[in-house]
Amino acid sequence: MKPAAFAYHQPATRAEALDVLGEYGEEAKVLAGGQSLVPAMNMRFARPARLVDVNRLDELTLAVEGDALAVGALVRQNDVLGSALVRERVPLLAYALPFVGHWQTRSRGTLCGSLAHADPSAELPVVATALDATIACASRGGERVLGAAQFFVSHFTTALAPDELVVGARFPVRQGRDGYAFDEFAERHGDFAIVSAACTLRLAKGDDTLAALRLVIGGVGEVPAVIDTTGHLGRPLDDEAVASLAARAERDVDPFGDHRASAAYRRHLAGVLARRVLRAAAHDVRKEDA
Amino acid sequence: MIAPPRTASPERPKLLGTGVARKEDPALLTGAGRFIDDLSPFPNTHHAAILRSPYPHARIVAIDASEALAMDGVLAVVTGRDVAAMSKPFSVGIETKLPFYSCAIDKVHYVGEPVAVVVARDRYLAEDALEAISVEYEDLPPVVRIEDALRPDSAPLHESVGSNVVHQRSFTYGAADEAFAQADEIVELEVSFPKYGSTPIETYGVIANYDLGAGTYVVHANFHGPFVLHAVMAGALGVAGNHLRIHVPPDIGGSYGIKALVYPYIVLLSIAARIAGVPVRWIEDRLEHLQAGSSSTDRLTWAKAAVRRDGTILAIALDQVDNCGAYVRAPEPACLYRMHGSVTGAYRIPAVKIDNRIVVTNKLPTGLNRGYGGQEQYFTLERLVVRVAQRLGLPILEVIRRNLLRADEFPYHAPPGSIYDAGDYHRALDRALAMADYDALVARRDAERAAGKFAGIGIGCIVEPSGSNMGYVSIALTREMRDGSLPKSGCTEAATVAMDPLGSVTVRLGTTPQGQGHQTVAAQIVADELGVRYDDIEVVAEMDTQTSPWSIASGSYSSRFAPIASAAIQAAARKVATKLRTLAARELEVAIEDVVLTGGKAVALGDEKKSVPVKRLAGLAHWNPVALPPGMEPGVFETAYFSLPILAPPSDDDTVDSSAVYGFLADVCYVTVDADTGRVTVEQYVTVHDCGTVLNPKLVDGQIQGGFAHGFGGALFEEMAYDDDGALLSGTFADYLIPTATEMPPLRIGHENVPSPFTPLGAKGVGEGNSMSVPVVIANAVADALGLDDVTLPLTPGRVWSLLAQRAEAHP
Repeated sequence: MKPAAFAYHQPATRAEALDVLGEYGEEAKVLAGGQSLVPAMNMRFARPARLVDVNRLDELTLAVEGDALAVGALVRQNDVLGSALVRERVPLLAYALPFVGHWQTRSRGTLCGSLAHADPSAELPVVATALDATIACASRGGERVLGAAQFFVSHFTTALAPDELVVGARFPVRQGRDGYAFDEFAERHGDFAIVSAACTLRLAKGDDTLAALRLVIGGVGEVPAVIDTTGHLGRPLDDEAVASLAARAERDVDPFGDHRASAAYRRHLAGVLARRVLRAAAHDVRKEDA
Repeated sequence: MIAPPRTASPERPKLLGTGVARKEDPALLTGAGRFIDDLSPFPNTHHAAILRSPYPHARIVAIDASEALAMDGVLAVVTGRDVAAMSKPFSVGIETKLPFYSCAIDKVHYVGEPVAVVVARDRYLAEDALEAISVEYEDLPPVVRIEDALRPDSAPLHESVGSNVVHQRSFTYGAADEAFAQADEIVELEVSFPKYGSTPIETYGVIANYDLGAGTYVVHANFHGPFVLHAVMAGALGVAGNHLRIHVPPDIGGSYGIKALVYPYIVLLSIAARIAGVPVRWIEDRLEHLQAGSSSTDRLTWAKAAVRRDGTILAIALDQVDNCGAYVRAPEPACLYRMHGSVTGAYRIPAVKIDNRIVVTNKLPTGLNRGYGGQEQYFTLERLVVRVAQRLGLPILEVIRRNLLRADEFPYHAPPGSIYDAGDYHRALDRALAMADYDALVARRDAERAAGKFAGIGIGCIVEPSGSNMGYVSIALTREMRDGSLPKSGCTEAATVAMDPLGSVTVRLGTTPQGQGHQTVAAQIVADELGVRYDDIEVVAEMDTQTSPWSIASGSYSSRFAPIASAAIQAAARKVATKLRTLAARELEVAIEDVVLTGGKAVALGDEKKSVPVKRLAGLAHWNPVALPPGMEPGVFETAYFSLPILAPPSDDDTVDSSAVYGFLADVCYVTVDADTGRVTVEQYVTVHDCGTVLNPKLVDGQIQGGFAHGFGGALFEEMAYDDDGALLSGTFADYLIPTATEMPPLRIGHENVPSPFTPLGAKGVGEGNSMSVPVVIANAVADALGLDDVTLPLTPGRVWSLLAQRAEAHP
């Protein structure tokens, strides 16, 4: 379990990093927390000719800017999890992060790195998709901002170009009658989810009808699966609605199976978790905002 | 033999039996342990990497290593051709001669089998060179499942053998046929037990050198015996025992039996070092370990019980097939025979029929593993007892109690030969039921069920054998075949206790511990025997086959430290004590019976002012041999060997007392099953042990916790899984799941100890009981929760969900 030989770059600034990627992007991999990349290199599943270590970059923003929380490229998952600001303004991140790996891996692993890695069983792409987060991708040519739906292309594949670096992500902050929930099923705490689910919803002022609703299931396909909820807007999220949405989640996902969790089992769990996050998100709406 | 002191001194509290601070911990907790990869015994050591088969079954057509050999820094590429030229197949104790070498010769038989070894400047380069070796394979159809191997038309893995059934023996003890003919009911059961292992945190490691001058292979390896395998290795290398010198480092990072199977690599790396002409270091990585380390067997069993209507079990019949993987490697077929003498477990079952078979398949070969054979055996027996109760409509406790051995039946001779030393099984069971508050548990289960939930109770009563008889494996051979070789018996262990001229004490062990705390207990024993301070005793756990005391049975396996090695240490310490007391008696002018060693002094009993420091007595033996009594040797350095006379070779009627002593445990477990996800939650687990005399309560409870964790993993998580084509599905720790601290349920431990009359200290082994019991106890609880007859391990959420779906179909 020793990696194949690689060249090592350690740029000190964003500009230097983008220069290296501009020069060698096709054969390079960016190293941030390294919690997924380094094991993959040790097993020689990944064998980049060049490693661009961005840990000296000053990309540590963790702040609310306008109506979004900005998270810099090098903000560690534990720093997001421990942030009172995040808990208050983007609670879904705080709900999901305890499920991401272990304390030790979260201390190194970055939030943006997990998005860029795009593991189909990872939690953070599900959260980003549910919140419709945006991801800022920079290159020597400039910066572009992609929505989560555009960003995640397939398993371990994003819309990031070889010469681009993820420099940050923005998550919309909580508004009045928003509710959030995240849940997952894994055999052991800290494992990648067999199936995960996130829900964001907004209740209309005055009555409890749905003004917005997103339901996203992870671990059941190449990218987080967005369940079609359109028919439910303007109506209350009652037991019947929950059952019908859960049934739709179960029907619409197209999971793979492995020796520990069959496709049928994952499909079933998609329904179970959909039900759980829908109920929990409705519960999460702050009473004082009614 | 000198008599012990007439009375024990009142001011001499015993250290044995107390939870003293462990000798091992300061080094381990400060990172100062010395494990195999910390050692640099030879200059110019190069690094090895092993090319492994990606195929479960294939012919090796050609190997081209020229590109690898041309790389700067690559010294050698060793292949099966070299191994065949420089070694012989390993010997093994079954009737069929399987050609097992340390490396594939012309065929590969499992994913991960070594095909070539690269020796290079460093491990990175060695792994680069592996990629430069091209091997041409001709794919062959694999045999994966036991059922496939049993089919008469299954293509034999080993052409020279001609069948994938490589061992077959039948045994009858007592009037089994009559019992089945006269039974009120015959209860049948078919069970399949999965393949899993104990995944020690430290992987295999070997540093090998060939000493050209002496013609000796000198090897450092985290090998822990059984040292009978030293003879197997020397035989394979074709050298005398004193030309294979094995050093075992002071620390080994866990094993649970798994590391015994480093021995083929000791041979492989010895050959590589000789060919490369340099010392070679190989530290196995986790990918290698999970595909090509070791595991216990998977087993298929068809079991029957002949019972009376009142629940009395008259006889059992077991038709069992062990899957030893691609080869039968020594010490196999021991997995199938470790429990042979005690196959009736904790019950009075007067008649037994056993049909044993071993098959080979294209899976990782097997070997020792914590619980070894016990989890397989008890999964059958304890499921069968539940089935008996169900069939007869009797409460499970009534069936258990009716058949459970009573305290007045010891020593109990089990029909296949085991002699159970002592125990009070009913009292231990009662304590377990009381600790679990069994009646309340039943009420809680019934209430949860009434509310539409799934909840269940599992019970298990098992005998935990320890200190295996070196002769038991030879029961695999027929009497005629056994007669052709030297009889094997006993459970010999050795230890040395020495006192230097300054009066401090060094103990040397042959038990190669892996964290159990042998140094601690050895120091406790010696401190008590010699009356010296615990802190003044150093215990050397390093092993060297050329200078350490050892014998064929030495090593760490079969929970043999507490019952056997402790006795060797005590015997060596008593030899030293006798010498010191003899000298003291002369100095103090009292009879030797009146000399007590205490507080660093030899004291005259009844006149405590008369004393002499042991340091002075040791000094006398070292400095002034002329003054020693006639016949006494100078120096203070005593080695003792210990075995139990009761452990005889198998008898002509095929009975064998397979272990020295037999502990007992009674477990009660309560589970709930989440209907939505299939997750099993162990809400409560109580285990009550009889391990005889407790040598150190802290270590005993630690062993129980550890054994429980392994059993819990086997019940709910662990499986070395292969697909139908023989591809390995569990090759990383993301696919081979082991429970972590977060998953461990609360475990409550109780004790009902009855000292063994067979061992000098009264101790029985305690390291493996829960590895044996927990898989079936949790399975019993889940079967109870789901109302299902058949449950197969591991009870993963996905599998339990399928069971729930089946159940819903059966009872819509």
